[in-house]
Amino acid sequence: MGAIERLAISKNGFVFDPATGNSYTVNSTGLFILNLLREGKSEDEIVDALVENFEVSQEEARRDLLDFLEQLRVNGLLEASNV
Amino acid sequence: MKRPYEKPVINKLKVNFMNKFGTGTFSLSKKVRKEIEGVPVEKLVEEFGSPLFVFSEKRLRQKFREVKNAFTLRYPNVEFSWSYKTNYLDAICAILHSEGETAEVVSEFEYEKARRLGVPGNKIIYNGPYKPISSLKTAVEEGARINIDHFEEISDLEEVAKELGVKVKVGIRLNMDTGIKPQWSRFGFNLESGQALDAVKRIAAGGVLELCGLHCHIGTFILDPSAYEKEVKKLVDFAYKVEDEFGFKIEYLDIGGGFPSKNRLRGVYLPPDVAVPSIDEFAEKICGALLSSLRPGDYPKLILESGRAIVDEAGFLITTVHASKRMPDGRRAYILDAGVNVLFTAFWYHFNIEIDREVVGPSEPCILYGPLCMNIDVVDDDVNLPPLPRGTKLIISPVGAYNVTQWMQFIRYRPGVVLIGENGSVELIREAEDLSDIVRREKLPERLKVKWEE
Repeated sequence: MGAIERLAISKNGFVFDPATGNSYTVNSTGLFILNLLREGKSEDEIVDALVENFEVSQEEARRDLLDFLEQLRVNGLLEASNV
Repeated sequence: MKRPYEKPVINKLKVNFMNKFGTGTFSLSKKVRKEIEGVPVEKLVEEFGSPLFVFSEKRLRQKFREVKNAFTLRYPNVEFSWSYKTNYLDAICAILHSEGETAEVVSEFEYEKARRLGVPGNKIIYNGPYKPISSLKTAVEEGARINIDHFEEISDLEEVAKELGVKVKVGIRLNMDTGIKPQWSRFGFNLESGQALDAVKRIAAGGVLELCGLHCHIGTFILDPSAYEKEVKKLVDFAYKVEDEFGFKIEYLDIGGGFPSKNRLRGVYLPPDVAVPSIDEFAEKICGALLSSLRPGDYPKLILESGRAIVDEAGFLITTVHASKRMPDGRRAYILDAGVNVLFTAFWYHFNIEIDREVVGPSEPCILYGPLCMNIDVVDDDVNLPPLPRGTKLIISPVGAYNVTQWMQFIRYRPGVVLIGENGSVELIREAEDLSDIVRREKLPERLKVKWEE
């Protein structure tokens, strides 16, 4: 997962990447996912955690998680896993 | 206790790229519209499906009256003629005819449609570069105003006049330099080159036509009112030259249309409320130019063929988000159930795009794709939207002009059109198409009948 571990993440969603100097903002759901990724959780585990903690269906959570992972890849914060 | 859900989003902060218009991630572009003229969007879709064109009778009448007042308060002799090509749905035309508009048509098809709707021939203006001679004959017999586009049409009309044994009153279309680029020079006779005067000489020499009107249409979506001032002055000067040298009386000056709607042209950054002049500014220039250049006591009829400026803002398109995609460059894209097949004007404008519900989450630049399996099908390539769940309805406007006439039956069926009456009633004014509309005129040779071997 590389870049994810080195990020400095504040409680209110400000993200700083010391390697590139880039800053990001994430919303609360994004922050929730980011923290689980740092803990090394699998996609299935993250979907379950979203459903447990938020008012969201399994299906929508899975779709949105895929999209969020794509956003991280686009920003160079996640390695492309199956190119 | 579960927390409310918001789609997860991460945004890179770009301090260097703030622009002076303040758009981008921080813009307040989440525009919500839950109803159209008091009718819930959800109810419209439930009853009539998606996509769906929705017209507001109230807006249509209001806009027409605004245009009418702007001109009739400034000039004593004005006729408004409904530009059929911008929207020739029966219900829309009927509303404008009930407001007193005559019909401005540019083909025998539009002519027939107006006649079928009950418009008398003498309330029709027949324009355009291609008028089949049979249709010219009908138009002459029924007393329509005809504005001639080229020398061949002069000959055609002379033939009709001789055949019918009548003297035919005609107008000629002129094109001229009014400072508008590109100059529309393909229609009518050019003024500056002397071609227009040659046309008058030709008509006078023939002896069976009587020139009684001048027509001109300087362009489309004109944002500069002073162009019309130049047009009017040139028309009046030419009219008097014709009257003095040839003895014809010019009874009408038809200055065409081309007035803009509150739509945002691609390439124009200012919002339409800033970029688009009010109709009063156009009326002021046009009527001012008339009154200052006409001879005392002479008030030829001023004809206006306004289409877009009247109907565009009365039309909405409801479309549904079918899917979302993340593009390789990081941008979000949505696939809608309506695309350029029904929204021809997407090639010209950035529409106003509203959503049918409150959606939490920051806006980001998105692409809106239509449903066609074709690369050209892009409704907008840069619109700021929050993360939209599947099934969200978008309300796209203004789409009242040029779409329900130029829409294509391509890949998909064309959707239904409803009218919201002034009292809030909702009436279907064009049914959604089905297969029968498309195959009605097809003929399959017997020998080509499809049979599958078992």
